[in-house]
Amino acid sequence: MSEPLLRVSGLTKHFPVRTGFRATGLVRAVDGLDFAVRPAETLGLVGESGCGKSTTGRLLVRLLEPTAGRIEFAGRDITHAGRRELRPLRQDLQIIFQDPYASLNPRHTVGRIVAMPLRVNGIDPPGGVRRRVQELLELVGLNPEHYNRYPHEFSGGQRQRVGIARALALRPKLIVADEPVSALDVSIQAQVVNLLRDLQRDLGLAFVFIAHDLAVVRHFCQRVAVMYLGRIVEIGDRADIYERPRHPYTRALLSAIPDATRLSPGGRIRLTGDVPTPLDPPSGCRFRTRCPKARDICATEEPALVPRDGSGQSVACHFPEPDGAGDLPGHDGAGDFPEPDGRDAAGTSGAEVTA
Amino acid sequence: MGEPAPASDPYLRVDDLRVRFDTADGTVRAVDGVSFAVERGRTLAVVGESGSGKSVTSLAILGLHDPRRTTVTGGISVGGRQLVGLPEEDVRRLRGRDVAMIFQDPLSALHPYYTVGRQIAEAYRVHHPRAGRREARRRAVDMLGRVGIPQPARRYDQYPHEFSGGMRQRAMIAMALVNDPALLIADEPTTALDVTVQAQILDLLADLQAEFRSAIILITHDLGVVGQVADEVLVMYAGRAVEHGSAEQVLRRPRHPYTWGLLSSVPSLHGDADADLVPIPGNPPSLIDLPPGCAFHPRCRYADRTGGRSHAEVPALAPAGEPGHLAACHLPADERARLHAEGVGRTGAAR
Repeated sequence: MSEPLLRVSGLTKHFPVRTGFRATGLVRAVDGLDFAVRPAETLGLVGESGCGKSTTGRLLVRLLEPTAGRIEFAGRDITHAGRRELRPLRQDLQIIFQDPYASLNPRHTVGRIVAMPLRVNGIDPPGGVRRRVQELLELVGLNPEHYNRYPHEFSGGQRQRVGIARALALRPKLIVADEPVSALDVSIQAQVVNLLRDLQRDLGLAFVFIAHDLAVVRHFCQRVAVMYLGRIVEIGDRADIYERPRHPYTRALLSAIPDATRLSPGGRIRLTGDVPTPLDPPSGCRFRTRCPKARDICATEEPALVPRDGSGQSVACHFPEPDGAGDLPGHDGAGDFPEPDGRDAAGTSGAEVTA
Repeated sequence: MGEPAPASDPYLRVDDLRVRFDTADGTVRAVDGVSFAVERGRTLAVVGESGSGKSVTSLAILGLHDPRRTTVTGGISVGGRQLVGLPEEDVRRLRGRDVAMIFQDPLSALHPYYTVGRQIAEAYRVHHPRAGRREARRRAVDMLGRVGIPQPARRYDQYPHEFSGGMRQRAMIAMALVNDPALLIADEPTTALDVTVQAQILDLLADLQAEFRSAIILITHDLGVVGQVADEVLVMYAGRAVEHGSAEQVLRRPRHPYTWGLLSSVPSLHGDADADLVPIPGNPPSLIDLPPGCAFHPRCRYADRTGGRSHAEVPALAPAGEPGHLAACHLPADERARLHAEGVGRTGAAR
């Protein structure tokens, strides 16, 4: 197994909340994350709003200063690297943002936007900047002739391609993609997901792919980390997370996703209430207030993220599902197109759950 | 409540609805001849991407288009009354009482300066002028409790910012249902919510529908949500209906290439995770400058199989085989059935 390209340990970000001049609280947005990404590996960070996944993305590319913990990239500690130290790293570490409207300067041509990373880093590619930019536009499926157009002349999906071309300009090793397709219509979303997949394979890029849509992540990522209130509750290979989830939250999250291939809701794990505020997270296990399996120990002791023997799957739960817990309720394995009787059968297996 | 319509008569009937905006750049035909009907106790999902006209349709049913800039023609009959051309005063009396709406973003639909309870009570008093303050409050607290907000009496006096996203959406639903509307229009009601909360809200809507026997129009882009709650589905593209049928028909035996494309674009939790998604090529058209003929033909893989008709003629909604199933496509129905069966075989998934 190769050395990790990115290694994160104990990564923490607390935002002070001020009322007037006094600090009156702390938002524990990210609270002690450990994970690693190997070269050419894709890691998905998933979770609901407020779980800290976007903050994590911003910490990784050092748009935010970590409160504690350590970020190593290509063997170098970049936790508190300053602007100047970061500059060479920026070539290897890029970010794609969610909003294709807000992340492109409306007064710059697309050519100038994509060329910006080259200019800022004083890079003169062989054949000239213009040629490189046109190559990049072609790579992401845009017409290189559109070099001189402005962002408003492009649709949402095309703008997101411009953002991707810009991120690729410096031939990075790792791209942090923060909800890159969630602002797009479904038919366009699929185009961009396919593009990112092709680029990842062809260029051997590593990705940290941040998304709330678990189905998109399943199509893109080899490994998946599930976050809840600033912590990773479960991390593992795609097959482990989607087929053998062991954390009750992962199971609830997967079962809550409506699937167009199934009619009528069958056997869902119902969570009650909303995610608690990260200003004052619950004691012990943060998920316990919504967990159908919570007991006394969950309120007093925070479960550690423990690896399961013999695999890359780790889970932070006092009562994880046993190995081979089998199919999720409502997930009858075969997947496609169950006939009506099949979905009734699936519907009865969700009994463990809260109403 | 209006007169209860006879069971066989749909509560809402929309006939050849057309909504046109005149802009400096030209005329936008946002909705161009759409017809459908919804009975009480049933849910119709209107599906489409941005610009397909689904939200414009719902605003027309509520009579919320500005008449100075919008031309609405066709028929909208709610509980037997014709809405198009009705004086604004009469439409207002229907709106909020017989027909209510839930919007996508509860934070912008609730007034930040007034307590949540007061806003719900006001919605009640507008249509019940003889109700006193105390009665309206009792009614609002009752509704907050019905939509699953804990401690409704205490929550009544809180402001929208003190509610979480899911609670705000519940409060919106309470406000929409406070007058027992016979028709509820929900425009992307769960799009801004997390999946676990979305699941709660969809359950809630289903429970309330069973209780009040409301007709529901659910506007959404999420086919997963459609599969879960809809009885009937209307697929819209560029202001026109391209497919219409039961949820079972449209999701399992779709008969329009656009619906195929939507279904194959959506990543699934089942099937082969390494298979490429099959997106629809190109972009949705501009409503000012629609392609001639079938508006979908520039993005359609099969447009060249219709002997040029796709480029020249707007296809009409026509029976697609099973009773009640309609699709607007120039390809012969049996060829579409074959193509879809082949497509499912090729991708190995239910799409």
